[in-house]
Amino acid sequence: MSRVTTALQGDKKGRRRRMSGGDVAVLGLLIAGALVMIFPLYWMLATAVRPRKELFNGDFDLLPSQLVWSNFSEAWGKLPFTQSYINSLAIAIIAVVVTVFINLLCGYTFAKYKFWGRDVLFLLLISTLMIPIQVIMVPEFLIVSKLGWVNTYWGVLVPRAAEAFGIFMVRQFMVSIPDELIEAARLDGAGEFTIFRKVVLPLSWPVIAVLTIFTFMWRWNDFAWPLVVLQDRASYTVPLGLSLMKGQYYTDWTGLMSMSLVSIVPILLVFIFFQRYFIQGIASTGMK
Amino acid sequence: MTTQRSGGEAGWWARNQRRVIPYLFIAPNMIVFTVFVFVPIVFSFYMSLNEWSLIGDPIFIGLGNYVDLAQDADFWTAFLNTLVYTVGTVPTSMALGLAVAVGLNRKLPGRALLRSIYFVPVIISLVATALIASWMFNDNYGVVNNALAALGLGSVPWLSSPRWAMPSLIITTLWIRLGFNMVVYLAALQSIPTELYDAARVDGATGRRRFLHITWPLLRPTTFLLLILNVIYSLHVFDLIYVMTGGGPGFSTTVLVQYIYQQAFQESQMGYASAIGVVLYLMLLIFTVFQWWFTRQSENVQ
Repeated sequence: MSRVTTALQGDKKGRRRRMSGGDVAVLGLLIAGALVMIFPLYWMLATAVRPRKELFNGDFDLLPSQLVWSNFSEAWGKLPFTQSYINSLAIAIIAVVVTVFINLLCGYTFAKYKFWGRDVLFLLLISTLMIPIQVIMVPEFLIVSKLGWVNTYWGVLVPRAAEAFGIFMVRQFMVSIPDELIEAARLDGAGEFTIFRKVVLPLSWPVIAVLTIFTFMWRWNDFAWPLVVLQDRASYTVPLGLSLMKGQYYTDWTGLMSMSLVSIVPILLVFIFFQRYFIQGIASTGMK
Repeated sequence: MTTQRSGGEAGWWARNQRRVIPYLFIAPNMIVFTVFVFVPIVFSFYMSLNEWSLIGDPIFIGLGNYVDLAQDADFWTAFLNTLVYTVGTVPTSMALGLAVAVGLNRKLPGRALLRSIYFVPVIISLVATALIASWMFNDNYGVVNNALAALGLGSVPWLSSPRWAMPSLIITTLWIRLGFNMVVYLAALQSIPTELYDAARVDGATGRRRFLHITWPLLRPTTFLLLILNVIYSLHVFDLIYVMTGGGPGFSTTVLVQYIYQQAFQESQMGYASAIGVVLYLMLLIFTVFQWWFTRQSENVQ
């Protein structure tokens, strides 16, 4: 994966080269495309901060006439958003701890142990990526309700704790850890779990980072499954709370855009600080 | 697991440790998968042969649900909508992703920033995206129609007419997925050795010929992978449609996963919903097998 990162980071020397006419044309097109890509996000911000009445004058003005920051506090107070954020954060954080731990252990096992049924089990795990959750939602929900987990964090996060994609990522990474290191530790008399903890994990920070970030993102953005499990409003996550704000006949777009903006801030911050791990994670799916 | 135990037990453990440990290590994952994925899959296959409305016991009706499905006009509409959405999103978002990747593969100033901008929609929740898109495509006050009006063009009933609702969803999906395809293509492009291009340049090959004869063939494995992933994503689409159109107006944007959700959680037709799930599952399976076969064929040719 490290090769991917270096390849993806811009070549600094290239900047000093003179650009050809073709380069200028391509750059122009790319910038135009980037403006189109960024516009919806800008529009969310512009809608969130402008005076309410400006939304409905039918004019095409790109700039708000004034900034009304109270739009945020007003929208926040209308629905139990504080509770939704507590729920979303709790679910995302617990899910990260559980998923990262069990997927690392599982991916490592598939990468470094030979055991009966290994390849069949691995294929079986990976094939579940194909199945849309709606196909199994009904029986899954029945199991969750038998366990008494409706409206609970566990009901949302336990069924998603084993991520096939995560196991795949970990396995691909750990295959490249030299067997000699593991054998040497074994000869020193280290137990198998100690080897995993003391030898394998310290070498695996890149994949741990990718898995942590992706798990956080998946759970923070989840919608379909929480929609089924969380029926009581007090247990809602942020996306559920947001979708509730969109009315069938009347929608408060100012409030909706301000709350949408707030909802993407955590993931945007994670992206800004750990960008290369996102890109690595996605790029590595294409590498094998 | 690592501590030594006393007596005969230690003997057994020492002898069998290497054989047992792998199963212990994968156990947490396998338990979760078994309880929440494998059992539900088997159960939904069985349930598709039953009539069950959650109240009372399921009644076994054999292939009755499938017979009903074949005659259900709504099912065929959902089936067709799913195809339209998939065909509308997959080749287009892949082509756009490839175009941007080829552009960003040049040594241009600010390309790291540009790459981030194209990628950002990938990380944003589909609910937030759907809400932004609903507002932008709003019939009366949306910025898209305002812009069209400013240009002197008539307004388009984006989300309120059966004709335009699907195109609105497809446009929104392109915005979401372009960055994903771009990043995967970019990683593949950067693994192509530059010597190949240098040699082609010496031979006098034009840019287009270099793309057609070097880049495109070498990207083939990536294209196949992205094709599979994109088709899976398109067949799985739920959040976006649920929030943006709710499957409407009428039935115009209801896709299969939406129809499953409606039948299961709004109509309480568990058996019928499971049968639609099985059909969708088989569609994916056929597509994957076909894809796999096609890849092998083209590899044999080379």
